[in-house]
Amino acid sequence: MQLIFEKSRPGRGCTILPVCDVPEVQLPEQLKREQPLPLPELSETDISRHYTALAKRAHGVNDGFYPLGSCTMKYNPRIDEEMAALPGFTGVHPLQPAATVQGCQKVLDTAKAYLCEATGMDDITFQPAAGAHGEFTGLLLIKAYHEARGDLHRNKIIIPDAAHGTNPASAVMAGFTVVTIPSNADGCVDLDALRASVGEDTAGLMLTNPNTVGIFDSNILEITDIIHRAGGLNYYDGANFNAIMGVVRPGDMGFDVVHLNLHKTFATPHGGGGPGSGPVACKEILRPYLPGCAVAGDSAPKLQVKGFYGNFLVVLKALTYMMTLGAEGIREACEGAVLNANYMMSGLRDLYPVAYGQRCMHEFVLSLEQLKKETGVSALDVAKSLIDYGMHPPTMYFPLIVHEALMFEPTETESKETLDEAIAVLRALYELAYSDAEQMHQAPHHAQIKRPDEVQAARHPVLRYQR
Amino acid sequence: MANLEQLKFAKSHEWVADNGDGTFSIGLTDYAQKELGDLVFVNLPAVGDDVTAGEVFGDVESVKAVSDVFSPVSGVVAEVNEELLDAPQLINEAPYSAWMIRVENVGDTEELLTVAEYDAFIAQGE
Amino acid sequence: MGHYIPSTREEQQQMLDSIGAQSVAALFADVPASVLRTEPLDLPAGKSELEVRQAITEMAGENKVYGTILRGAGAYQHYIPSIVTYITAKEEFVTSYTPYQAELSQGILQSIFEYQTMICDLTGMDESNASLYDGATAAAEAVAMCRDRKRTVALVSATTHPDVINTIRTYCYGAGHELRIVPQQNGQTDLAALQEALTDDVCCFYVQQPNFYGQFEDCQALGEVVHQAGAKYIMGCNPIALAIMKTPAACGADVAVGEGQPLGMPLAYGGPYLGFMAASAAMVRKLPGRIVGETVDADGQRAYVLTLQAREQHIRREKASSNVCSNQALCALTAAVYMSTMGPEGLKQAAVQSMSKAHYFARRLAEIPGVQVQFGDQWFHEFVTTLPVSAEAVLHALDAADILGGYPVEQGILWCVTEVVSKAQLDQAAAIIGEVCASCS
Repeated sequence: MQLIFEKSRPGRGCTILPVCDVPEVQLPEQLKREQPLPLPELSETDISRHYTALAKRAHGVNDGFYPLGSCTMKYNPRIDEEMAALPGFTGVHPLQPAATVQGCQKVLDTAKAYLCEATGMDDITFQPAAGAHGEFTGLLLIKAYHEARGDLHRNKIIIPDAAHGTNPASAVMAGFTVVTIPSNADGCVDLDALRASVGEDTAGLMLTNPNTVGIFDSNILEITDIIHRAGGLNYYDGANFNAIMGVVRPGDMGFDVVHLNLHKTFATPHGGGGPGSGPVACKEILRPYLPGCAVAGDSAPKLQVKGFYGNFLVVLKALTYMMTLGAEGIREACEGAVLNANYMMSGLRDLYPVAYGQRCMHEFVLSLEQLKKETGVSALDVAKSLIDYGMHPPTMYFPLIVHEALMFEPTETESKETLDEAIAVLRALYELAYSDAEQMHQAPHHAQIKRPDEVQAARHPVLRYQR
Repeated sequence: MANLEQLKFAKSHEWVADNGDGTFSIGLTDYAQKELGDLVFVNLPAVGDDVTAGEVFGDVESVKAVSDVFSPVSGVVAEVNEELLDAPQLINEAPYSAWMIRVENVGDTEELLTVAEYDAFIAQGE
Repeated sequence: MGHYIPSTREEQQQMLDSIGAQSVAALFADVPASVLRTEPLDLPAGKSELEVRQAITEMAGENKVYGTILRGAGAYQHYIPSIVTYITAKEEFVTSYTPYQAELSQGILQSIFEYQTMICDLTGMDESNASLYDGATAAAEAVAMCRDRKRTVALVSATTHPDVINTIRTYCYGAGHELRIVPQQNGQTDLAALQEALTDDVCCFYVQQPNFYGQFEDCQALGEVVHQAGAKYIMGCNPIALAIMKTPAACGADVAVGEGQPLGMPLAYGGPYLGFMAASAAMVRKLPGRIVGETVDADGQRAYVLTLQAREQHIRREKASSNVCSNQALCALTAAVYMSTMGPEGLKQAAVQSMSKAHYFARRLAEIPGVQVQFGDQWFHEFVTTLPVSAEAVLHALDAADILGGYPVEQGILWCVTEVVSKAQLDQAAAIIGEVCASCS
């Protein structure tokens, strides 16, 4: 397909702005742009067709099953989008007088009430724009807390080896040293390793529960207690919050701070990679360090992680969703997610070994190590083969502690028929691996493109259109 | 291609060659490059940097992985193979010719293996 | 069942039977009984779509949407062409995830590749990433790119937006590195003070063009001084102004960043906005976040993929250049559609008209006794005036006429005018301000 630049024709354009109704002012010569501005010149028809063609070459949640593990690709309700497009929200300047933004304030206050109750926390900031941004923010709260107490030597954050890559990266950005602890044979935190790793330099623990292999760590109360006794704080990575919302709260499990991914758990769309929203909720002890906004007149906030107040419209979509679900609906969504994952896992586990455990929470990890040994068909081959059946592949090769890993997260918004179909396809692919491995090495066969040459892309980066 | 009998090997999968002029060349073994797959980028130290036996001096990237490279010897970087910056695939194509750095003023070395010992070490691991 | 759960009670029972579980509760057996909730959360009951629509619409009604906006200070009201809103609402774009699987994500990948190209064209820089959260975080990430073992101190001009300064400060606090503010003189960066501040432990200097007060900085001269000291040069740019202004590349910038909100995003009470970032070729491997590259597929056809991923957190973990994972892809798409629709001439018009109308308004205000335009006439679409009366009195009177006046600053008010405001609206605002000033003095 042609790039938008290749469709450009000199002299084409759209009539958008009126003629200027005041005398034109020129820039001084030394400030004027000298380089050309080669933006595409197109009619509105050209633009519309171009992006419609691009949209057809994308796979959204409404295009088919999307069991991308750890990403919670649930259905994104249309009403949420419509509410976020109301001019009463989109037309509001972030620095309007308080009396003129009471509606926006009510949105934030109501969302705060819902999320603090759901997490068991006391306060929240909506400033972080994504999950990783929330991690960074939450860790800064921990850092500021220890500093304010004069406890200046707590510079280590403990993270299990199965954690998301953002955890260690965020910890380093917040100035901590990462202590990686191994998982035990069940894929959970090794308590002895944890006890051995804590000390007077422990700032805190970062944990997602259920963990990245989809298991709820039943030692959770002991784990958080070990950290607290050592003088550290507990950070809950909310990436997997869909597995517990309404059933158990981080605040009741001994966590002091938590980030949520509104674009996962609370049904706001991912937009091809964002915008998300990663609010950080915390216990009373961390409230004094929550970030503020300088230009909005917050008196010298110690922390500020972004301009203004966060991705407001995303928070609004999440609120619309939470109000729709209500207390019982939130729990039902969680239970539905866990039921769907267990159902799908049980339909596959006789062929594809499950990495850990008998039951899973909202997602599960299969290991294709044996299949690869016997047939040469890898996790990648199976994932790519799913594309020909109109399904988005699961997360591949994560977590790193499982070889040939495929991580499925079906979510609660998929029907039993969809799960049955996915199970049937995966079982057929298992058979195919033994009968025609070569066909799977070449998959997908009916997609927009064949497998791309990622090595060439990285060795000789071409990151923009070459005129 | 260097004579493998004349090379020494580290358990972290680097090879060392004594160039006979007071400098030692360091590269990645054939086993390492096969495990890593197609390399797409190499991060090298600067000339004059100190390297320490058993510690990281650079890393190599494949599409979906990055791997530290450890120095089998302590010393000072005398030369870096800048050709690799544009053509990291040389390590895949001829690992024992594609030296990464040359080190001088060599002091400590790690416990190093002969080619036979290294082959046995790998066989043991698999 | 409702609430977006398709399974019926009957189907759920079938599924439980199939997995051999007694009940849904049995699936949560690993949760310690002492924390497992038996009661529902203390939240309102669920509502129908109609009820939710009414409740949210009521909240929207409690906001005031001004007919005329003369306030900027980091968020700018520009005209958003209809097609921008229409295209960016397409559900394939809205509901897809980060394009990890290139074979079914070519549309998303190509749109990002086109966005990256447009950002390079706009800034004159060599390479762009796929977007960051907003202008302030892009600035903070740019500072982190410039740091090395020997050079750890960041310099930022005092003329920078306060949120940007504060965000950079927070990121520096995290990393344990120092931030120093270079003072301003008469609304511009103090060049002599900058020279003095450029010690050999300084990694970079950040300047905003046009700056927080709307003033043009002498970015070329600043860049020369920074480079002479061996530090990196970061420019934070207004993307609309870039259509007519000397590019950061021409000013010698190593990294160009900015707030992309003016490129087709609504004010929306502060977000979601767009952080754009472009860098010189030498710094491409230090870029944070996603990057899309061109390659070929197994049939030799042109294709796009996420590339240079070994920089990123999911591979490099604690050694990653940044923790960025999600970005603002849909906002980047918005910016690309906006720039395509405006075209080179349309974007220049948006810039020229914003500047011309702002200068017209400044002249009208200057006619009012006691109102003075500060810092001379070298500015884009924002400017500061003094007032003979309190800012509050002026803003109050404008508010009564459905006009959001400028942002109060120490010297008076920081005004902003964009192409959407008509001459008639400006005349009306000037008349009101004139009346307030006359009646109070």
